[in-house]
Amino acid sequence: MSFTLNINGRKHTVDVEPDTPLLWVLRDEIGLKGTKFGCGIAACGACTVHIDGEATRTCVLPVEAAVDTEITTIEGLAGNGELHRVQEAWIRNQVPQCGYCQSGMIMAVSALLEQNPRPTDAEIDEAITNVCRCGTYQRVRDSIHELSNA
Amino acid sequence: MASIGKITRRGLLATGALVGGGLVLGLTLSPNRLKIGSASVLEEDEVLLNTWVKISPDNRITVITPHSEMGQGANTALAMMLADEMDADWDLVKFVEAPALPEFANTGLGRGYVLGDTSIPAFAKPMVEFAFFNLAKSMDLQITGGSLSIRLTGEYGMRRAGASARAMLVQAAAERWDVDPSAINVSDSIVSHGNKSATFGELSSEAARLEPPLNPRQKERSEFKLIGTSQPRRDIPAKVDGTAVFGIDVELPDMVYAAIRHAPAFGGTVASIDEGSVAGMPGVIKVVNLDDAVAVVADKYWRAKTALEALDVTFDGGPDGNATSDSIFASYADALDKNDSSAHFESGDAAGVISGAADVVRSEYRVPFLAHACMEPMNCTAVVKDGKCEIWTGSQNPLAARTFAADAIGLSPDKVTVHNQFLGGGFGRRGRDDFVPQAARIANQLDRPVKLIWSREEDIQHDHYRPAVANRFEAVLGGDGLPSAWSNLYINVGQDEPEEAPDIPYGIANQSIRKVSMSQPIRLGPWRSVGHTQHSFFNESFVDELAHKAGMDPFAYRRALLQGQPRHRKVLETAAEKAGWGDPLPADRARGIALEQSFGSIVAQVAEVSLSEDGTVRVHRVTAAVDVGTAVNPDAVEAQIQSGIIYGLTAALYGNITIDGGRVEQSNFHDYEMVHMAEAPEIEVHIINSGEKTGGAGEPGTPPVAPAVANALFVLSGKRIRSLPVMLHDLRPATGSQQVS
Repeated sequence: MSFTLNINGRKHTVDVEPDTPLLWVLRDEIGLKGTKFGCGIAACGACTVHIDGEATRTCVLPVEAAVDTEITTIEGLAGNGELHRVQEAWIRNQVPQCGYCQSGMIMAVSALLEQNPRPTDAEIDEAITNVCRCGTYQRVRDSIHELSNA
Repeated sequence: MASIGKITRRGLLATGALVGGGLVLGLTLSPNRLKIGSASVLEEDEVLLNTWVKISPDNRITVITPHSEMGQGANTALAMMLADEMDADWDLVKFVEAPALPEFANTGLGRGYVLGDTSIPAFAKPMVEFAFFNLAKSMDLQITGGSLSIRLTGEYGMRRAGASARAMLVQAAAERWDVDPSAINVSDSIVSHGNKSATFGELSSEAARLEPPLNPRQKERSEFKLIGTSQPRRDIPAKVDGTAVFGIDVELPDMVYAAIRHAPAFGGTVASIDEGSVAGMPGVIKVVNLDDAVAVVADKYWRAKTALEALDVTFDGGPDGNATSDSIFASYADALDKNDSSAHFESGDAAGVISGAADVVRSEYRVPFLAHACMEPMNCTAVVKDGKCEIWTGSQNPLAARTFAADAIGLSPDKVTVHNQFLGGGFGRRGRDDFVPQAARIANQLDRPVKLIWSREEDIQHDHYRPAVANRFEAVLGGDGLPSAWSNLYINVGQDEPEEAPDIPYGIANQSIRKVSMSQPIRLGPWRSVGHTQHSFFNESFVDELAHKAGMDPFAYRRALLQGQPRHRKVLETAAEKAGWGDPLPADRARGIALEQSFGSIVAQVAEVSLSEDGTVRVHRVTAAVDVGTAVNPDAVEAQIQSGIIYGLTAALYGNITIDGGRVEQSNFHDYEMVHMAEAPEIEVHIINSGEKTGGAGEPGTPPVAPAVANALFVLSGKRIRSLPVMLHDLRPATGSQQVS
């Protein structure tokens, strides 16, 4: 079936089965490889993108559910050649290690800060449930607080 | 040393006496004789000074690093080590990962020193002979593991290469200007004498005609300019904007996708496949029987996965289809009872002291199997065409991956090219590249590239696991409360390296550390810090038991046992002091301490833990003190220790791979749980630059956290945790008399 998606401000038409998860449409149909496959059951958050501004895990989200939404991936987070302030903080604080989970982590954090510019530790714990096997959590938390106070 | 130059690289490889000795030869052969591999790493007009560094005429320096990038940041630090010795301008230095060619094998660095001007460093011997390295004796290895990048490649390769390159540039300038080399200054990639100066690039061609000096002068620690300063990792920018290419991200024209399902039980094989069950499904191209697994190839990954789920396939149960975790632990208990053991370390007469003692402290410990759960599921892209094979993957051992692929499809390794990518986590898992021969075999049945992607379920259920093991301790306390005898009988099922993992740093006169070697049915592999994970939990928990038995403070107890071990004492004291050891805490909180030497570094950790009424455990804070000798890139060392602690804490609290019916019961993150932000403690890392021999950083942070947490929980609950994970223990306050389990 044919679906038209609005991704990073551009329209893309894809021809896939309606139950195909948005993750695989982004990666294999559109070629946006920054969004990662981690678990396939929405448990780890590596596949997080923004859908209408909400951090959303795409490995279980059928493509048909994403029609008529605004999808933003890690590739679309930076604007006009300027990194998003979360991305800048990630470099400044040397957050990523292997980096595989960090697209999802950055998308989750940028959505949180959009909705709650000064989250408490408890709010961070509740909102950011992405898995990072390299254990970058402390630098993620420190960066969120740094951005909250900016 | 001159004799080495007469042996060709081909000759060395053919004899197999010096597997992958390329790095050493790269240092000792003059560049115009180093031809093999040059085409892959040299661009036109560039001069190869030696294996690790090239200087281009425009003054750029490229360091060729033989290690994979999996988050540890080793390549940035390696380039720093070389650049510091060269007195290079850091902004002009970049690095590229070495191609998977024998010339860059780093095992040869260790072995090569046998033929070189020095003997192999003693600390490197266990690594060189480490099981990780024994995948195939005849195989070329290019390994990232054993926390060895900095302490081996860096200390013995990069620094010398940098010093050698610097000396050659100085000599070239001296000859050009007809001055004494000792009167020449070098700074920021500029060589100068009086009013004359030239850049490295300008001198590179003249320098390349010189013989590299065998023993160039290396800097004293006080002369370091770059080493010891925190420098941003060069791999990070690509990891924040989605442009970093991991193995799973490789895209090739005309590529198709494969999904795979393994026989559930270890050693199981495919019994039957009904290909008709997926005939006509969208996009399906082929079903491939891989003997112990089946793969479905389709034009899209999701279609391959969907068809795989619909595929009617049966597997046999394998030779150990009745194995369970209980049966494996029962076999360990039997083996410990029989005590058909061999000595690991004996001093004094521990058996005599124990048999003659009225009061012997006895404890048994055990740990479960663990999966690695790298965030990037296993994957490999392969194409086989015209008798050649190309591989794209993320491997900790790309040269072995090359040989695996070649063997799988009957090619010679030189017909296989491996393009190594960023690794989405390694932790030892990606040193066992079973997905590479699988992809090669699938590609061999196609005429186009194929990307094989394992599901998370396949990753959890078909890993190479940290072994489940067990041990038994006996100890006797002397009149001063300190142990007069220490006996440790432990199960060794392989993957128990490094050799020194069961050792303790404590001054106990009578020690008997013995192992019972046996086999078990589960597939094993190196897991971050390898044998130190279990032995640190065993040893540091039992020392803690002895301290409590003696009625002494666990920190003071350890400290008293570290007479004559000033490095260990300093590390222990630093962790205790920074953690506020002894300072009052709320009633529901306590501290636990542990110390472990591993991979050439010493780490002590104090965990501050709370236990709530309902038995919930929360680790609030971990204070770590770390002596890595010299921290080359301190911020990256801190990151690695933070990382190791979270990795070890996940295992300590939750990690539990269980076996039933010869197969793994867990399958994904819902039943193989991880520490998240909410459970992650605040971590403080205090680096001690002792200046002693440089140690590793990637693994040493992992071992001490489990015993530190368990030791704190004993204070809180009165229950001694002698098996992991913590979550299996009921730590709610006992009603009535306190029971020590």
